[in-house]
Amino acid sequence: MEAQQLKQKLVKFQSVIALLIMCIALSFLSDRFLTADNSWNVMRQISVNMIISVGMTLVILTGGIDLSVGSILALSGAITAFLLKSGGEFISWNLYIGFTLLGALVGGTLTGTFLGWFNGLTITRFKVPPFVATLAMLTIARGLTMLLTGGFPITGFSGQMAFIGTGWFLEIPMPVWISAVVVLAAVILTNKTQLGRHIYAIGGNETAAELSGLKIKKIKLIVYSIAGALAAIGGIIVTSRLDSAQPNAGMGFELDSIAAVVIGGTSLSGGKGTILGTVQGTLIIGILNNGLVLLNVSPFWQQVIKGLVILLAVVIEKFNSKKN
Amino acid sequence: MENQNSYIAPVLEVRNVSKDFSGIYALKNIDLEIFPGEVTAIIGENGAGKSTLMKIISGVYTEYEGDVLLNGEKVNFKNPKEASEHGVIIIHQELNLIPYLSITENLFLGNELLNRMGLLDSPKMAKKAKELLSRLHLDINPDTTLNQLRVGQQQLVEIAKALLLESRVLIMDEPTSAISDQEVRILFQIINDLKAKGVAIVYISHKLNEVFEIAGRFTVLRDGAKIGAGNVRETSHDQLIQMMVGRNLADSFRKVHNLHQKEVLRIENLCFRNPGNKNDYLVNDVSFSLKQGEVLGICGLMGAGRTEILEAIFGLYPAYVSGKIFIDGVEKQIRKVTDAIEAGIALVPEDRKLQGLILNMDVTRNTSLASLDKISKFNFILKKKEEELSLRFIRKLNTQVSSPKMEVQKLSGGNQQKVVIAKWLATNPKILLLDEPTRGIDVGAKAEIYKVIIELAENGMGIIVVSSELPEILAVSDNILVLSESKLTAKLSRTEATEEIIMKAALCAKE
Repeated sequence: MEAQQLKQKLVKFQSVIALLIMCIALSFLSDRFLTADNSWNVMRQISVNMIISVGMTLVILTGGIDLSVGSILALSGAITAFLLKSGGEFISWNLYIGFTLLGALVGGTLTGTFLGWFNGLTITRFKVPPFVATLAMLTIARGLTMLLTGGFPITGFSGQMAFIGTGWFLEIPMPVWISAVVVLAAVILTNKTQLGRHIYAIGGNETAAELSGLKIKKIKLIVYSIAGALAAIGGIIVTSRLDSAQPNAGMGFELDSIAAVVIGGTSLSGGKGTILGTVQGTLIIGILNNGLVLLNVSPFWQQVIKGLVILLAVVIEKFNSKKN
Repeated sequence: MENQNSYIAPVLEVRNVSKDFSGIYALKNIDLEIFPGEVTAIIGENGAGKSTLMKIISGVYTEYEGDVLLNGEKVNFKNPKEASEHGVIIIHQELNLIPYLSITENLFLGNELLNRMGLLDSPKMAKKAKELLSRLHLDINPDTTLNQLRVGQQQLVEIAKALLLESRVLIMDEPTSAISDQEVRILFQIINDLKAKGVAIVYISHKLNEVFEIAGRFTVLRDGAKIGAGNVRETSHDQLIQMMVGRNLADSFRKVHNLHQKEVLRIENLCFRNPGNKNDYLVNDVSFSLKQGEVLGICGLMGAGRTEILEAIFGLYPAYVSGKIFIDGVEKQIRKVTDAIEAGIALVPEDRKLQGLILNMDVTRNTSLASLDKISKFNFILKKKEEELSLRFIRKLNTQVSSPKMEVQKLSGGNQQKVVIAKWLATNPKILLLDEPTRGIDVGAKAEIYKVIIELAENGMGIIVVSSELPEILAVSDNILVLSESKLTAKLSRTEATEEIIMKAALCAKE
């Protein structure tokens, strides 16, 4: 009996255990891994993926998918940068009209929210499968980014803008703060609120949810809008950290994000998974990336290894759920 | 039956076959003989075991007790493919066709003709398909994809597929359930052709008129047992009906009692147009009323429109439904589920796994799903209230759970059904619609659900029960509606209703 309980605990905390083993192994293999510098570095690097993956988790919990987060990230970052740069100086009146930092941030976030909402609209109103709808948005948003930037980075912002991506607050990097707040909000949303419950119900059995009077369309619209908004926040952080909005920003981020969600134990068919699982998934991918770099593994092998880890995680998950 | 020979050996024999599904017998000690050149009808109510028996014969179910003999030799087909290689072919009730493939591709699916290069021999297949379709008087281009055909035409294609194979025993499971009278004529003509060729045909149907027209012998099944068999010529409609239903009436749960006079629900001229066919009605001009504390049973054969009535009332298909719905005497527009819930209507759907439950959620969360508004503040769910709610219904319905945190997929069917009922009772309805409330659950749990139904009615809820099991309808209902081909054919009080009368009303298409 005790052995079985132990086994169940092991299964429950398998990602945490995997994480610990990875950390211990890396601290032996590289003396730079466990330094404070490197640790904050890792945390800062993964915070963007963490934020995006929270949105991705919500979408996947409803049984959907969002392939457009990388492009939405780029466009929202570019819009933020564009707004910061667009202002007119009227020298004769000694006047400058433009966007404040806050205005630009709101503008960028609204852009992402709107694009996410649009995803939700095509999915619920026009019954386009989420894979296709967001695939289309991936191209559309990327194209719009290119149009806006003309294919060149938008650079040179104020120090305040740089603070978001590179600054420290209470000895902790700002992006880490932001991702922590996002994670906390999402944990509360999924565990404590009606909306959260509805998200799980829709992913678990949409027909039953609909027959129980749940407003499926509205809920999906909200979820895709949240995913868009979070991608936009990621875009702002990236833009701030690089002090430039790159037209190619966020390329392939959707894949890292889906990988994190899946490694975190969320079922791609929906209805099953947790935000904290995704946090662990993000950490595993981030630390793996960092470790492989520290160990001077060739970038080509890095990709192979990352793929294998994703496969392994899912196989273990399937194996465990079969046994139960 | 035209054969004057003294004895013809049966081509297929079933000897003492039984089949159980996790302890519950679906078939008990069945004997059956099928003769070449003859149509044998298998008759019985829904759930009598007809389809199970056919699945055993055709190799779908491989584990059973007893023997199946083909031409006097014992066989045990591993799969339908092996059965068809031995000439035992089944035409399923549900269509097994691929919607995006053409008629020809469907006909030859799995048995494609190849040319010498090992590639598909399209011209030859096209030619054969054309011949076959003209034999069936189907004037359609064989390159048409299946999804462009009417259901009746699809059914004929399914039949054509079977004709393509050399059959010695051809099993037809309700072949006329979806086809028009004209197409039935064609089908019968083909059956007669096959008979002349010496093919043995097993014809499953509950349309007795057809049985009398086409079959030579019959076998009646009821509750998994063989009740009677003989020559069709030597029996009558009434005798067959009696054999189909004539069991001891299940204990009557309901005492006759005086109903409240207050009406909770009145339906006037309810029509439900078939979304797939403008001229067809799934529910055709049905009117009735439901009093407080009344249990109204609705019965009819498969496809008579039972479920559709409930769905129409519950507002699931507002675009196709017309008619008036009065709740407590006031007309209500019910165009979506939330309207129905607000009006005090609850629907426990037919298929609890597909429509009723979130299987990987626990008992508590399933129970609260339709009434979260009542136990939340500012969108935050109050955990304590939710737990209380769930515990209250676990006690009230005597649901067997080790913990309210148990996932519902681990519960037995009866307890799962209780969770669905709990979910709807939590919305505090005035009118409870139950669609097949005891399908697939064991006898003990059935009795408990009947008790719950009666208790709720005695406390003043108006309840409609749709069921394909007549004893169930008779056990719980105060009044009974019988549907046939989407029309109301009888309104009976529980004192005048018998299984025979109900069955007759359910079988009569037009008054």
